[in-house]
Amino acid sequence: MARTHVTTVVNGDETEFLTEDSTSLLNALRDEVGLTGAKEGCGTGDCGACSVMVDDKVTCACLVFAPEVDGSTILTVEGLADSGELHPLQQCFLEGAALQCGICTPGFLISAKALLDRNPDPTETEIRYALAGNLCRCTGYDKIIRAVQEAAREMRGQ
Amino acid sequence: MKYVAPSSVEEATSLLSTSPSAQVFAGATDVVPQLRAGRPAPEVLVDLKKIEELVSVANDGDKWTVGAATPTANLTEDEAFSEEFPGLAEAAGLIGSDQIQNRSSLGGNLCNGSPAADSVPAMVVNGARAVVAGPNGTRVLDVAEVVTGPGQLALEADEFIVEFEIDRIPARTGDAYLRMIPRTEMDIAVVGAGARVTLAEDGSIEQAALALAAVAPTCVRVPDAEAALVGKTANDEILSAVAAAASEACDPIDDKRGTVAYRRQVAGVLAKRAVLIAIERAEQRNGTN
Ligand SMILES: Cc1cc2nc3c(=O)[nH]c(=O)nc-3n(C[C@H](O)[C@H](O)[C@H](O)COP(=O)(O)OP(=O)(O)OC[C@H]3O[C@@H](n4cnc5c(N)ncnc54)[C@H](O)[C@@H]3O)c2cc1C
Ligand code: FES
Ligand code: FES
Repeated sequence: MARTHVTTVVNGDETEFLTEDSTSLLNALRDEVGLTGAKEGCGTGDCGACSVMVDDKVTCACLVFAPEVDGSTILTVEGLADSGELHPLQQCFLEGAALQCGICTPGFLISAKALLDRNPDPTETEIRYALAGNLCRCTGYDKIIRAVQEAAREMRGQ
Repeated sequence: MKYVAPSSVEEATSLLSTSPSAQVFAGATDVVPQLRAGRPAPEVLVDLKKIEELVSVANDGDKWTVGAATPTANLTEDEAFSEEFPGLAEAAGLIGSDQIQNRSSLGGNLCNGSPAADSVPAMVVNGARAVVAGPNGTRVLDVAEVVTGPGQLALEADEFIVEFEIDRIPARTGDAYLRMIPRTEMDIAVVGAGARVTLAEDGSIEQAALALAAVAPTCVRVPDAEAALVGKTANDEILSAVAAAASEACDPIDDKRGTVAYRRQVAGVLAKRAVLIAIERAEQRNGTN
């Protein structure tokens, strides 16, 4: 079957790949682009482990067909750190032990970034709603919420 | 499966009439899980999101026009729209997580044909109309007429919804939507209730609309409850009649989310509460919009 040529900007770099039309953005990122940060937990939009930003909107990469992102800008967890320096969210997740097995972490980091981009000072309830599409089987969520609060504080310069 | 992204309504309809096994999609938040569950894939998937009028929210003074493929997040983030139709905005805002909201559309929510679709009762009570494009041009259907059974639509295979039209809300009118789910986020309605009320100048109810989700094969209107409200001022007796009519209008299923008896009872309770919220909002919108 003819493969479709897709041109995107991934984590700031112009990126081209070939894909079957039925392939998900998640599989294209993992198998064609070589970015394996986003994970497949469910493949049906329920767990958020595959969360990425497409044109600044957080979305489940498992629900997007790869050819849809032609011309789009994508941010994955690999694009969070800035020239080797961890993003405050990453640093706070590490320091606050907001991860155990780590499968859910890339998705939580992207959803949390999407939240802080539009709301730098969220309440705990706002954080919990914004992260409701991300499931974690290990941490019990509290440490994740605290890490996001801490990162938000740091990013506001407090 | 071939992916195509037409840039105009005409291009999309001609694709649909020339490829019999083509399927349109917007956010794919229903389509992808269905494909994963083994539903046969169409030969051609037609992405509606690259057609400008399908992803826009506009108000021409007389009515709102919401593109059928517009992500529900765009609708709930539209302050003017959400202020005018808080019930519809809340219903749309209940669909899934932020990740889902950035993709899910009203067109997909309706045309997936699920009886539990949250935005449908809220569109129905607001008298929303669907502008449908096909090979012979466009026609307009009431949203209430679009779904004829679970997964069954009154659309031909080569038709799709371009946009929804909703008349500007009249004075002294309010809408509301409530749903019952076992947790606060990320589940499908056990019962959903949409209500809209218009008050007369003397504060009595001039018009009422009530529609329920997840209690019958399609979204159902509750004419007996509406009749019980019109011409009255809500009191305990009338609200009990509303609840009884709502329970009576149910033809629910037993499943893991709720039994028949539970759904009937909850339908009555939610109907009553949704009507009360709609009345309160109508009172607050005493002037013009
Ligand atoms: C994790 C998760 C949580 C969810 N939670 C909820 C919830 O709380 N409440 C709820 O109601 N739903 C929920 N859903 C279901 C789904 O997100 C909604 O029904 C959504 O509105 C579908 O919109 P879509 O644009 O993604 O539809 P798509 O998947 O793109 O399409 C759905 C169907 O409609 C057809 N279609 C799409 N657009 C058109 C059009 N313009 N004209 C004609 N046919 C069309 C498609 O062919 C397909 O059959 C959830 C889904 C997921 C994955
Ligand atoms: S893998 Fe995409 S939401 Fe679970
Ligand atoms: S750390 Fe294991 S699932 Fe979240």
